[in-house]
Amino acid sequence: MSDVLTTFESSLDGLDVATTRTDGDGFTGALDDAIREPAVGVPLGLDDVSLADTAVTVDPTAAALESARTGVTPVGAGIATYGSLAVAADAAGSEPVSLYPERHVAVLREEELHADMDEAFAWLGEEFAAGRDSYVFATGASATADMGEMVEGVHGPAEVHVVVLER
Amino acid sequence: MSAETRREKAEQIRHLLDTEGENVRENASHFNENRYDAIDEFDEYEELRTTVREIKEDAIERLPELVDTVTESVEANGGHVYLAEDATDANQYIENVAGDAETLVKSKSMTTEEIDVNDHLETAGVDVYETDLGEFVLQVADETPSHIVGPSIHKSREGIAELFNEQFDPEEPLETPEELTEFARDYLGERIRDADVGMTGANFVVADSGTITLVTNEGNARKSAVTPDTHVAVAGVEKLIPTLSDLQPFVELIARSATGQPITQYVTMLSPPVETPTLEFDEPETPLSESDGDREFHLVLLDNGRTAMREDDQLRETLYCIRCGACANSCANFQHVGGHAFGGETYSGGIATGWEAGVHGQESAAEFNDLCTGCSRCVNNCPVKIDIPWINEVVRDRINHDETTEFDFLVEGLTPDEEPGGVDLQKRFFGNYADLAEVGSATAPLSNWIAGTAPARALMERVLGIDRRRSLPQFERETLRKWFDSRGGSRVSPADADREAVLYPDAYTNHIEVERGKAAVRVLEALGVAVEVPDVASSGRAPLSQGMLATAERHAHEVYADLAERIDAGRDIVVIEPSDLAIFAGEYEKFLPDRSAERLDDSSYEIMEYVYGLLENGGDGESLPAGDGERVAYHSHCQQRTLGLEAHTVAVLEDRGYDVLTSETECCGMAGSFGYKREYYELSMDVGSELETQFQDEEARDRTVVASGTSCLEQLDSLLERPSRHPVQLLDPDQ
Repeated sequence: MSDVLTTFESSLDGLDVATTRTDGDGFTGALDDAIREPAVGVPLGLDDVSLADTAVTVDPTAAALESARTGVTPVGAGIATYGSLAVAADAAGSEPVSLYPERHVAVLREEELHADMDEAFAWLGEEFAAGRDSYVFATGASATADMGEMVEGVHGPAEVHVVVLER
Repeated sequence: MSAETRREKAEQIRHLLDTEGENVRENASHFNENRYDAIDEFDEYEELRTTVREIKEDAIERLPELVDTVTESVEANGGHVYLAEDATDANQYIENVAGDAETLVKSKSMTTEEIDVNDHLETAGVDVYETDLGEFVLQVADETPSHIVGPSIHKSREGIAELFNEQFDPEEPLETPEELTEFARDYLGERIRDADVGMTGANFVVADSGTITLVTNEGNARKSAVTPDTHVAVAGVEKLIPTLSDLQPFVELIARSATGQPITQYVTMLSPPVETPTLEFDEPETPLSESDGDREFHLVLLDNGRTAMREDDQLRETLYCIRCGACANSCANFQHVGGHAFGGETYSGGIATGWEAGVHGQESAAEFNDLCTGCSRCVNNCPVKIDIPWINEVVRDRINHDETTEFDFLVEGLTPDEEPGGVDLQKRFFGNYADLAEVGSATAPLSNWIAGTAPARALMERVLGIDRRRSLPQFERETLRKWFDSRGGSRVSPADADREAVLYPDAYTNHIEVERGKAAVRVLEALGVAVEVPDVASSGRAPLSQGMLATAERHAHEVYADLAERIDAGRDIVVIEPSDLAIFAGEYEKFLPDRSAERLDDSSYEIMEYVYGLLENGGDGESLPAGDGERVAYHSHCQQRTLGLEAHTVAVLEDRGYDVLTSETECCGMAGSFGYKREYYELSMDVGSELETQFQDEEARDRTVVASGTSCLEQLDSLLERPSRHPVQLLDPDQ
């Protein structure tokens, strides 16, 4: 178990975000446990795991996106000290899928974790250079205090769950 | 300002204290405490402040080049850039982009408030919806933001519930924050899905990649940017930073400075038009992969006075502002009265003076500029190290000059200052206070008797705007200098002394708080210091605070002339009044040659800081009386705290055996002349009530009260039954 992963989990815990660690074999089960149906998603783009055998509808319609309870997306990076997830505004639709449903399940390979903001921005610089130049660093559930006290789940998700594929 | 105007101003402030004060205070104080906590836990804070300051200085210096760069990069991405000269120009462009759009959804943006784009679009037939919940509340209530980060902090939950229930008439009346949030989310969610255009601001714009950065918590900015096919981002030109790597330190500072969060929920960095498939909510059965809409992106860069600010040596710093609101949150006056008093047409809080003067004109800044008392609590809290009090003083000076009419030259020859004739009488009175104190002491006690009579107080209130409810400082017939001379000067001769010090006879210590001056002399002597109390000019703090900069500068030259030789002779300059030490260390940099300012600063010490240094370097603490566990409540001084010198007093008192409790408020509310002014008396007392509450509670009630500043002592005298003194008086061997 790496220190970075431990830090990441502890940061997420502080944000009330649960983490599931799994691997290629356990992925389908872990993901199905993490979602609340109906769930929509975008392709994970990973070699050893996919959403194919899960209950997630990939490439959803606008109607499915609107009514889904869970959105599943890969994330490009995690930032351990902050518990942040880098969601790409990509052609597959990771941005709206991670944003519209009330629950966001993010799938991340342990290798994609960065210790801190320095490392994350170094990575982001490489992404920008490669033409992938739109990302959201999402940290915990959406929140507002505008109605008198802190409420989670405003325009963005009320719950976030991270599935980490261990090395 | 006429007596009538002062009365109206006082009335307006009282109204806001009654209606909005409580909510603003709770929220702004909450942000303030969270920020202190977040920064305590963040080791890189000071290092990153230096970094972002450098980035901003460089970016503003290179602004024209960055505008070219961002234009190229956004266009290369497939978007459009429009450099708008002013609000009208920006609004016209935005209207053209909107074309025949029926609805537009917006995320929170102060820059769009600055140009009043909503009104413009509504007139053009476009329905505009604010999707940030705070802004939505204000839109429904038809009110303006009271804070640049939390626009609706002046509203209570009950008030919002009442507003929504009245306006939307839901089947079940809304009550809890959850219900209100859910209602607003559903209502706005529908508007977002239907909207033709999405408008956002930008916290930062990365020039070389054309990246718009949005720092938010709710997710509405993400939705507004990505749901409609057309995205318009409106940003002041000063938001440009050169590269992506420059963005990182801002990301790590802005949320901590604003709300005390390590990072906001969403830091959105989009280089639009983005690849995200368009969302066809009107064609619900189309999968994302088959949506075929084109995305359109427009970046509207707003000048609206910023180029002129960039060329203005004093206002330029304002452009470094990242609009975190830390200056508002750390400001005692703001905490109590909020942005509806402490703000202009658009912006509020300390830095708003710079913004309003730059984008809307000096008149807008003049409305609230006096609410900055120069207490300096914002200075160390500004993540980009803007000297916010200085900007306020400069703008005040300019306002003073603008109010001068052609006949005012008649007055000029009659006043002891360097200012034009039009300066408000009240400002002139307080600005020349040192001269007045000379006369006051020379004619005491008669001066005190006359000034204290009811007719005199009525006259002072009417003509000078000095509130008659405030008791006036009493001038001492025997000044500190006279006393010092008559006792035969220093009791420790330079030949026997470990060190030699000049005790700076500031106007208050010399004429009013003479006892603390005597105590200081005796304490220094007890620690083996040869003391001199020479005739030195007053510091210029008083005219500075009234925006009389030329006068303040003259004082700086005189003080330096009076002290330079003494510094060269190896004497230390010991200052009792913290606001005078603060002007030596701060504004003198602007008035004196660098070497002179540095030399004076390096040689100057606050009295208790100096005592601390003496004790640390072998001074005999036993020569001072012991505290024997006496319980003390200590209110340091705002500027003393900013200089990092509160701790020295506490350490010395504890060293002598006192049990010290320190105050928790940012400022006592008096702030020099502020609390004497008719229009601000009630605000001053409201701010002071926090200190009163703390020093009257169970833990503090029986404690001896000490405070470092003259005006803090005056304020404490009016707040508490028990007397207060300067801490050096506790150490007085002759007490």
